[in-house]
Amino acid sequence: MSERKLRVLVGKPGLDGHDRGAKIIARAFRDAGFEVIYTGLHQTPEQIVAAAIQEDVDCVGLSILSGAHNTLLPRVCELFREKQAEDIIVFGGGVIPDDDIPGLKTAGVKEVFTPGTSTEDIVAWVRVNVIPRA
Amino acid sequence: MALAERILAGDVRAAARLMRDIDDGFKSAVEELKVLYPHTGNAFIIGITGPPGAGKSTLVDQITAAYRRRSKRVGIVAIDPTSPFTGGAILGDRIRMNRHAEDDGVFIRSLATRGHLGGLSRSTGDVVNVMDAMGMDVVIIETVGVGQDEIDIVRMAHTTAVVMVPGLGDDIQAIKAGILEIGDVFVVNKADRDDADRTARELAAMLEMNPDKDREWQPKVLKTEASRNRGIEELVNEIEAHRSYLHHSGAIRRLLEEKNTRLFLELLKERLFAEVYGHIHVNGKFREIVDGLVNRKQDPYSAVEAILAEKFGGVKN
Repeated sequence: MSERKLRVLVGKPGLDGHDRGAKIIARAFRDAGFEVIYTGLHQTPEQIVAAAIQEDVDCVGLSILSGAHNTLLPRVCELFREKQAEDIIVFGGGVIPDDDIPGLKTAGVKEVFTPGTSTEDIVAWVRVNVIPRA
Repeated sequence: MALAERILAGDVRAAARLMRDIDDGFKSAVEELKVLYPHTGNAFIIGITGPPGAGKSTLVDQITAAYRRRSKRVGIVAIDPTSPFTGGAILGDRIRMNRHAEDDGVFIRSLATRGHLGGLSRSTGDVVNVMDAMGMDVVIIETVGVGQDEIDIVRMAHTTAVVMVPGLGDDIQAIKAGILEIGDVFVVNKADRDDADRTARELAAMLEMNPDKDREWQPKVLKTEASRNRGIEELVNEIEAHRSYLHHSGAIRRLLEEKNTRLFLELLKERLFAEVYGHIHVNGKFREIVDGLVNRKQDPYSAVEAILAEKFGGVKN
């Protein structure tokens, strides 16, 4: 009866208008049995963090193709810390150079998926790394 | 501090968490809801229903903005369907509303139906109560995209707006039973489209044939273009007019009686079922009964009577 359903927010921070990847991930999460809150394009980090808190999600997956990942992803992590909500796991995907990944992880991003990653791999990663809260 | 106390102190995270506990059926949530209950009953609850793609989320976004201009705090419960195959859901209503995400006077929560029929989730009423206790002046419930028969909303909301769009069908659709009977306000959205006037006329004609035409409240048909913020003030004025009608006519009393009766009976049904089913599930009797039914050694009527007799010491027919 009382079993947690995993809730994930999929968002597109920043200004790029390409949401096909985000929609495919959202669909893959749906098919994995998760509840997916999709916030759509052009979201500020502030909007994403507020939505994640109101929706009580376990994790946030952000798709960025604009090149602004080094600004936007750390900002989201910082805002979660400010709101004492750093238990919400942040992961990202998109066109992100390998050299940037260590810095993003230091900033609090738990994982970064680069082009070519299969949706199965991402779903499997979530199942292992995101445990719905007690 | 328990969640309920934190919620009453304005803690958004605690509210979000309790809503999750409610949705996931945690027993602890019931205790928190008991504490919150005395702080509820103040919010004005608006239901927005209509077929998929009618523009419900965009309307909710605009109605929210209109109430914010009136300095009202707004809670939004937006419901989308759960996949019957995987149990997953894509909750996308926020796409149209997330500009309010950072506004402290707005709280938006997306819920999945999780197999519940009728246009709402099982948890909707309790989630509305949490928003009510948070001090939201208005709570807007957006149902899943509905067809013809999902009318739970009318028993949850004080005022229900049924949103239609041009081009969904002829006037026969408008005289069928179901959601077209439950509106306190009717909205023809996407009113810039061809046929909007015809759709509005057909709805108005249908309403004129209403058997209780002499009742005090006559639902109107309004036209909106939610994406361009046209017709929204008029819609909110009409919703508010219905609200004051409810109060000055005394109709609110009947509405609350129906709502609370249903609430209580549903809770009773649910708890009784859980009690009985839990018992026979654990002691293995359930399996026995199913086997008996499959082999046709037992009929389902006697099986139910036997279980009730065992649990409550006999049932009278």
